[in-house]
Amino acid sequence: MIKMKNFRILVRNIRDGFKNVVRNFSLSFASISCITVTLVLVAVAIVGSLNVENFTKIIRDDFTIVTYIKSGSDEDKISKIKTDIEKLNNIESITFDSKTDIAERMKQESEVFNNIMSSWSASENPLYDTYLVKVKDSEKISKTAEQIKKIDGVEMVKYGEGMIDSLISIFKIIEKILIVIVISLIVVTAFLIINTIKITIFSRQEEIEIKRLVGASNFSIKQPFVIEGLLIGLIGSIIPILVTIYGYVALYDKTGGKIFSQFIRLIKPFPFVFEVSGVLVVIGIIVGMIGSSSAVRKYLKI
Amino acid sequence: MEFIKITDVEKTYPSGVTALYGLNLKIKKGDFVFIIGASGSGKSTLIKMLYREEKATQGEIIIGGVNVGKLKNGKVYKLRRKLGIVFQDFKLLPKLTVYENVAFVLEMFGYDKSEIRAKTLKALDLVGLKEKVKSYPSELSGGEQQRVAIARAIVNAPKLLICDEPTGNLDPDISLEIMKVLEVINNLGTTVIVVTHDRDVVNKMKKRVILLDKGKLKKDFEKGTYDKNEKF
Repeated sequence: MIKMKNFRILVRNIRDGFKNVVRNFSLSFASISCITVTLVLVAVAIVGSLNVENFTKIIRDDFTIVTYIKSGSDEDKISKIKTDIEKLNNIESITFDSKTDIAERMKQESEVFNNIMSSWSASENPLYDTYLVKVKDSEKISKTAEQIKKIDGVEMVKYGEGMIDSLISIFKIIEKILIVIVISLIVVTAFLIINTIKITIFSRQEEIEIKRLVGASNFSIKQPFVIEGLLIGLIGSIIPILVTIYGYVALYDKTGGKIFSQFIRLIKPFPFVFEVSGVLVVIGIIVGMIGSSSAVRKYLKI
Repeated sequence: MEFIKITDVEKTYPSGVTALYGLNLKIKKGDFVFIIGASGSGKSTLIKMLYREEKATQGEIIIGGVNVGKLKNGKVYKLRRKLGIVFQDFKLLPKLTVYENVAFVLEMFGYDKSEIRAKTLKALDLVGLKEKVKSYPSELSGGEQQRVAIARAIVNAPKLLICDEPTGNLDPDISLEIMKVLEVINNLGTTVIVVTHDRDVVNKMKKRVILLDKGKLKKDFEKGTYDKNEKF
């Protein structure tokens, strides 16, 4: 019986929540636009930071130490170098790239190379056999390269060195800035919404007071407002979601997913845009609910 | 048997003003009591403490076995559900009809529709407003609005009806009408407490009268009148 009562009260409060959004639409509209504007910014910041994170990952994955093996090393020597490298920490994978394979690729890449290199015999090939060594932790790459260089039979090592290092640290800074922007936007929205809803509730002080005097519990006074906040958050996230989906897909199509260079790719739009949309809805709803419940609190004696 | 027992109650507001001193009072179940006194005599403070809008600084107020002062803020609604409160300014919701203004109380408590309908119509019938269920408060006279407020206060069958200057905004004739309504409710078994400074009303009703003066209980008459020689 008590459960039935609570259910009826809940149904009634949901109905009232809807009614109130419609009835006080001009005021609800203020809160909704407030959420909409900030969520668009939040969406841009989220999409930005996730993509920057992705760039960093792509570059890191490409972090390879090219180990050149001294010419004239025999097969035993070559496999000894491999086991020596494997003994080091921080090694993700090793792939052998023979000078013949490299020459083949070069021939395919350009007509000029093809003409010159076709005349070489296997023994005349001036290229080096190489190991492509991927590292686990890119920050320790220079140390690892140093260690590989000391291994007997290694002619020289090459890796991205300064350029990629600084690119990664720039990306890291950008990512951190974007995260700070996202968080502060959310906090600012929460405050804006609390204040906007406080203004809307101010006009309904009398209603709250009367409810209190006739014996409504704080919870039952709050509930319709919280549901109202939820609806405002939900409605407020519609436009940001559309902007995210259509905007990102358009950006991806226009750039072909590539910006800066061939290697720095945008995250594929699906299911990425839906994930971001989900996050936006959740932020909208939570901020709306917290906003309205803390705004009503002021008018309740708790 | 006392329904309300007030023992050594004192109320000092945070501003330092003391509104009541050492008040002792007993009100029996089914009583009809007028609380009178000049402005600043503490009568409003007294009834605000009854519905726990204010807390006594000292002393004890017990209503129907509940120590009101010890109620936590979050539990005050439980007390209020057993009370009906009527205000000088009616406190009706302007966007709701007469029916809705009374019914929303029951809706909030989770009654089902048919129960709400029966109780609401019964309460509106008792105050003589059954014909105006679809009107809005702005379409009613002051007396009618106050009767809606009374219907709202009694719809959940409270044991105690508290009225704070219920006729303060009304003409003398209408005031008497409202008092008659309150008397009917009292005759049905509800304890009624009315705060007023309406001389005629008090004199005509011949009920118990409690006179407060500067925060102290000055007189307590069964079948009392508003003494013209009394200085306020």
